[in-house]
Amino acid sequence: MSAHSTSSPLKTYFAIWAALLVGTYVTYRVAFLDLGPFNAAVALTIATVKATLVALFFMHVWGSSDKMIKVVVIAALFFLLLLLSLSMADFGTRGWS
Amino acid sequence: MSDQAAAAVHAEGHNPALLHHFAEPEQQRDAASLGMWVFLATEVMFFGGLFCAYLIYRLKYFGDFGAASQTLNTALGATNTGVLICSSLTVVLAVWAAQTARRTLLITSLILTLILGFAFLGIKGIEYRDKFVEHHVPGPSFSFDSEPIPGHPGQFANPNHAQIYFALYFVMTGLHAVHMIIGIGIFVWLLALAWKGRLTPEYNTPVEIGGLYWHFVDIIWIYLFPLLYLIDKHK
Amino acid sequence: MATAVAQPVERENYLNKHYGALSWLFTTDHKRIALLYLGSITFFFFIGGFFALLIRLELLTPVGDLVQADTYNKLFTMHGMVMVFFFLIPSIPAVLGNFLVPLMIGAKDLAFPRVNLLSWYLYIIGGTIMLHCMLTGGVDTGWTFYTPFSTAYTNTKIVEAGIAIFIAGFSSILTGLNFVVTIHRMRAPGMTWSRLPLFIWAHYATSIVQLLGTPVIAITIVLVAAERLLHLGIFDPKLGGDPLLFQHLFWFYSHPAVYIMILPSMGVVSEVIACYTRKRIFGYKFVALSSIGIAVLGFLVWAHHMFVAGISVYAALVFSLLSYAVGVPSAVKVFNWTATMYKGSIHYDAPMLYAFGFLGLFTIGGLTGLILACLGVDPHVTDTYFVVAHFHYIMVGGAVMGYLGGMHFWWPKISGRLYPEGWAKLAALIVFIGFNLTFFPQFILGYIGMPRRYYQYPGEFQVLNVLSTAGATVLGIGYLLPMVYFLWSMRYGKPAPDNPWNAAGLEWQTQSPPTTFNFDEEPVVTWEAYNYEQLGDFPPEQEARGV
Repeated sequence: MSAHSTSSPLKTYFAIWAALLVGTYVTYRVAFLDLGPFNAAVALTIATVKATLVALFFMHVWGSSDKMIKVVVIAALFFLLLLLSLSMADFGTRGWS
Repeated sequence: MSDQAAAAVHAEGHNPALLHHFAEPEQQRDAASLGMWVFLATEVMFFGGLFCAYLIYRLKYFGDFGAASQTLNTALGATNTGVLICSSLTVVLAVWAAQTARRTLLITSLILTLILGFAFLGIKGIEYRDKFVEHHVPGPSFSFDSEPIPGHPGQFANPNHAQIYFALYFVMTGLHAVHMIIGIGIFVWLLALAWKGRLTPEYNTPVEIGGLYWHFVDIIWIYLFPLLYLIDKHK
Repeated sequence: MATAVAQPVERENYLNKHYGALSWLFTTDHKRIALLYLGSITFFFFIGGFFALLIRLELLTPVGDLVQADTYNKLFTMHGMVMVFFFLIPSIPAVLGNFLVPLMIGAKDLAFPRVNLLSWYLYIIGGTIMLHCMLTGGVDTGWTFYTPFSTAYTNTKIVEAGIAIFIAGFSSILTGLNFVVTIHRMRAPGMTWSRLPLFIWAHYATSIVQLLGTPVIAITIVLVAAERLLHLGIFDPKLGGDPLLFQHLFWFYSHPAVYIMILPSMGVVSEVIACYTRKRIFGYKFVALSSIGIAVLGFLVWAHHMFVAGISVYAALVFSLLSYAVGVPSAVKVFNWTATMYKGSIHYDAPMLYAFGFLGLFTIGGLTGLILACLGVDPHVTDTYFVVAHFHYIMVGGAVMGYLGGMHFWWPKISGRLYPEGWAKLAALIVFIGFNLTFFPQFILGYIGMPRRYYQYPGEFQVLNVLSTAGATVLGIGYLLPMVYFLWSMRYGKPAPDNPWNAAGLEWQTQSPPTTFNFDEEPVVTWEAYNYEQLGDFPPEQEARGV
């Protein structure tokens, strides 16, 4: 049901670790550049990439034969997005007409 | 089942860690893993309510939030992000060490994880102390006068709105810190298990699911850092 | 081996295997934990019922002459908080769910028995804190503890009540977690998803709601406590906060919470209708998937509690439309249950009487929900007794009826005794009459203008209020009767056969009461759910049961 350790997971772990540190550095530096309205989008995109790497490779979702884990992750994200977006349906439209 | 039947089953030499209501160790392991993932889903919604509140007020009081955010120590926040990323590495090394019967690496990784966890809390403590000294802790002693809004020279932030920022800052990072403390507790327990030799290639579920929890707490911080620390830094 | 004849000698079972208080307080047997919950939620049911009694006594007269206004505020608040968080939310899942889920899927226990016991202890701790809170002053904000009254103005014990609810909520989350993992990982060989009893589907759907909704009210409570203690301004308009943010976060959980309360009851109704019409449930797949549909859609409608609170009219439109959508899966169930009964061999025993009651009363409750979801009508009836009647039709006429029906249906399995059928039929009738007499007048009262949460009212409303209070008294008697005869039956009731109703389901294939580990051998399932064509009719001995 679950993935067993491959021949050299260490290489993957260190590569992901390096990518995460690079991502953090990039986020930090880009924050000081003026991208207008895109600063937040860039920062959150990098954060999402980092989170995905942690989930896929450190939490062993990648290569796992357990379908339920993916269902659980997607369900959690879906309901979080529901909370955020439907709340914004109110707060975002208060000023209309 | 009767006591005699139960005794007969146990006499077959099952893994001593196998609990009676499971048919095989695989089933027990998969149940524990699914259980932790489901628990993490509940944690997503727990923090999610705070992210919802933060989203709404940040859009509503963007300038004031920017002004408040400028007063955080971005370098310390970035360092803490790095600390947690390193701790996630040590966690995943610990799990691998348990799976491959590398006792020294296992214990070293667990200890390093704990050190990094304490380092995170220590840096957080320094940040909190700074906020306390600057009177940015919400409540009776809060004061936030004459702080300019980034990108709008001449305009000053509304102290009430800034207080909302700091309220969310403390609740979000505080809740995260509580989860770190719990995580440290879990890893102290894992260290004890590892020391006693109870984490083996046949049975390492505790460190695996403890690791899942730790990684999740790391992911929360991966989002908290840009959201709280990096508003309008370029202005 | 299942038999239709009662065994005269008491066999070893989960009740007599170990004796003594410690064997109960430290048990990990899901069946014993279910009984621990049974005692606890019954206790809180009576506490909540006591507050209801005082409310109805006050409302006998148009003037506020029994209690003061502040006290009345506390009465309806405590009634709501106790009934919602300490009775309805746990009731069926923690009692019938805990007892039956492993049995129905052929497992020896839930996936995490010690977590199950922890759930009960968390519930008890939360309940104790709530009791203490009530005894030392209580809360007066309504069970919905809206801000900024709850955070900045009231002097009552919000934080303590919040802590109690937070802890009880954690209990609810852990129960849901246990069920989801158990249903995924512990089904017996051959027990595929499409062979699961609908009771299991219902509890799976309920668990999804518990897991994803409860954490949001937990964090809301944290924010309210922080705001109250530190005057933060998150919900205070004077400091730039928005009280509606609280309402969004509160109702994001509290609307799905009502589905936590009704879905398990619907699961019970499926099992009871199948058995007492001797037919498989019509449209099994539709009923199963509609449970999941209700769980998911239930998360999309929360702001229908806020139509007049100040949300934007565009949001109101969206939520009104979604609220109509959520009625569809419930209607699917009602139609399928009705179709099941068509050309069935119906037996009008107590569990079936409760199922009939559920069908009618839940339908009325659901239809009046659609009235409330209509943006044109809601401003007239919102915050009136129309709403009070609507939700009591669902929660009492629906959920509690299902709970009582389930308790009767599975009582022989749980206790090894038969309940007295004659008294049970009488009690069901009294409950039905008392319920309608209590709550139907409230629809009229609300429509003609009586607001909720008021302890006095214009004189022309008195007749309907008196009817309602009279009904509440009858309803109370109807609830007391089962307490009495269930307890009586534990000592003096006829010993029950393993399968007294010749019902389908793995729980009936093991002895009554079951042994600690449920099955002597792991069952292997080769038949579809509700195989009543093979089982045939009730065993003939049933005709001999009487008063």
